[in-house]
Amino acid sequence: MRGWFLPMAVVLGFVFLYAPIVSLVVFSFNESRLVTVWGGFSTRWYGELLRDRQILGSAWISLQVAFASATIATVIGTLGAFVLVRMGRFAGRLLLTGMITAPLVMPEVITGLSLLLLFISMELTLGWPAGRGLTTIIIAHTTFCAAFVAVIAQSRLRSMDESLEEAARDLGAGPVRVFFDITLPVITPALVSGWLLAFTLSLDDLVIASFVSGPGASTLPMVIFSKVRLGVSPDVNALATIIIGFVLVAVAIAGWLMRKQMSKGL
Amino acid sequence: MSAGGNALTRSAPWRGTAWAMGKLGISGRMLVIAIPMLWLLVFFLAPFFVLGRISLAEAIIARPPYTPLFERGPDGTLTIIASLENYRFLLTDALYRNAYLSSIRIALVSTIFALLIGYPIAYYIARAPEPKRSILLLMVILPFWTSFLLRVYAWMGFLRNNGVINNTLISLGIIDSPIQMMQTDFAVYIGIVYTYLPFMILPLYANLTKLDGALLEAAGDLGASPVVTFFTVTLPLSLPGIVAGCMLVFIPAIGEYVIPALLGGPNTLMIGRVLWDEFFSSRDWPVAAAVAIVMLVLVVAPIMWLQSVQNRRGDG
Repeated sequence: MRGWFLPMAVVLGFVFLYAPIVSLVVFSFNESRLVTVWGGFSTRWYGELLRDRQILGSAWISLQVAFASATIATVIGTLGAFVLVRMGRFAGRLLLTGMITAPLVMPEVITGLSLLLLFISMELTLGWPAGRGLTTIIIAHTTFCAAFVAVIAQSRLRSMDESLEEAARDLGAGPVRVFFDITLPVITPALVSGWLLAFTLSLDDLVIASFVSGPGASTLPMVIFSKVRLGVSPDVNALATIIIGFVLVAVAIAGWLMRKQMSKGL
Repeated sequence: MSAGGNALTRSAPWRGTAWAMGKLGISGRMLVIAIPMLWLLVFFLAPFFVLGRISLAEAIIARPPYTPLFERGPDGTLTIIASLENYRFLLTDALYRNAYLSSIRIALVSTIFALLIGYPIAYYIARAPEPKRSILLLMVILPFWTSFLLRVYAWMGFLRNNGVINNTLISLGIIDSPIQMMQTDFAVYIGIVYTYLPFMILPLYANLTKLDGALLEAAGDLGASPVVTFFTVTLPLSLPGIVAGCMLVFIPAIGEYVIPALLGGPNTLMIGRVLWDEFFSSRDWPVAAAVAIVMLVLVVAPIMWLQSVQNRRGDG
């Protein structure tokens, strides 16, 4: 695999990855409504986007859902990982192992449909949750996001030096104190990346949210999907460009922080 | 680890809680286990029982739109009404059989293309010197952090009849009339490969960086050409990475809904899409539930079995 073949395959691969994104950004500044025919530079679609109440409202719903479900998922995922890695044998251990990783391979349509049917049965028998909306989306997102957090937290707990916790125990700290004073500070960076992953996954989800949401609680992906289904529309390009901009800035900040931390460590 | 240690009993509110828990026979340990356990039992496992139960019902026009499982007779006896009619329907109706088969075919073809495109990239990154390596790796992951839906949307603008590709080819004089690419299986392959390429590259990269360079040198010293070395040393050693990458692409591709809905044509049958339409368009909840159960048995069960086998091997 030496010579011209490999570099060319790599260049073509990256062109494949980035060409659609670049064209998305370029055509968001297009004057013409025909997304792919250039009609001159303009920022008019950004203006239309800012006046679009439906998009702004759904973006706010998506952010609320993502914040809440990432936070609850981090708590549940961390507890699950801690129980599996540190608590030895207990009844139902195998069940918990299966349940915490299975959402990773579960097709979204199945998760969405089965949760919706559960919510409806619960409403009929228990009276809760009354109707579907923010709460049901948050519960659904928490469940699949917790699986991702648990995977990250488990690998961090496994690689962590257990003698620190042992030392604290030998010095008389109880299990709660050991967890909050020793374990938690050590695994916090892993939990932060778990939270960020959960936040992104929740923001991105269309299928599960479509099943479990009700009238008046459309998330951003749901609104984009219904727009895009009818064909390409330039304000979606503008929205995509804004999201890509956010991601680039976030990655730049994360990279800068990591570099700073690395140089401090050296 | 015993519950109710120093920190638990030191402060007053804790002492109260610990005392109450002790009275009820609940230890702190049980409580910690119970939180994730209960959440997953209620919101992950229980839904499948509801799904299974509704798949045995019949669709009716009512709220909820399916028949009850139990019926109380006039003398107070409970009768169970369950029918396998929905499953019989799935097995005899060609639409569903074709949908399952074509999902597997589309996922398989896309996985192979993702491997062919992803392997050279992973190999190149694994061999690259340091600052370049991190930058290339970041460039592979970066698209993954932007919205999945918008990445699929980007291809709509690319593949349309008056999209970027057709316009470019026409203005270069290579073709006279646009090639139909949107609403074909080809567009679905592109969408899946594009979306899941990072999932193929990352496990391959992780595997290829561990490859011992001395082995490649030894093969070269013994007179093997680079091509022979690649096929006899590198490729077999990277097999675990290939398997992991292929699984990570194949599994989500099978149940995919968004990509066939946006890029595929009316003839692109995929099981995720059939389930969605059955539920949202036909409003036949029992049949949708049965489709999901069959999908679970055919697709997810083998994967979970494979994973548990791998886990056991990893532990042993």
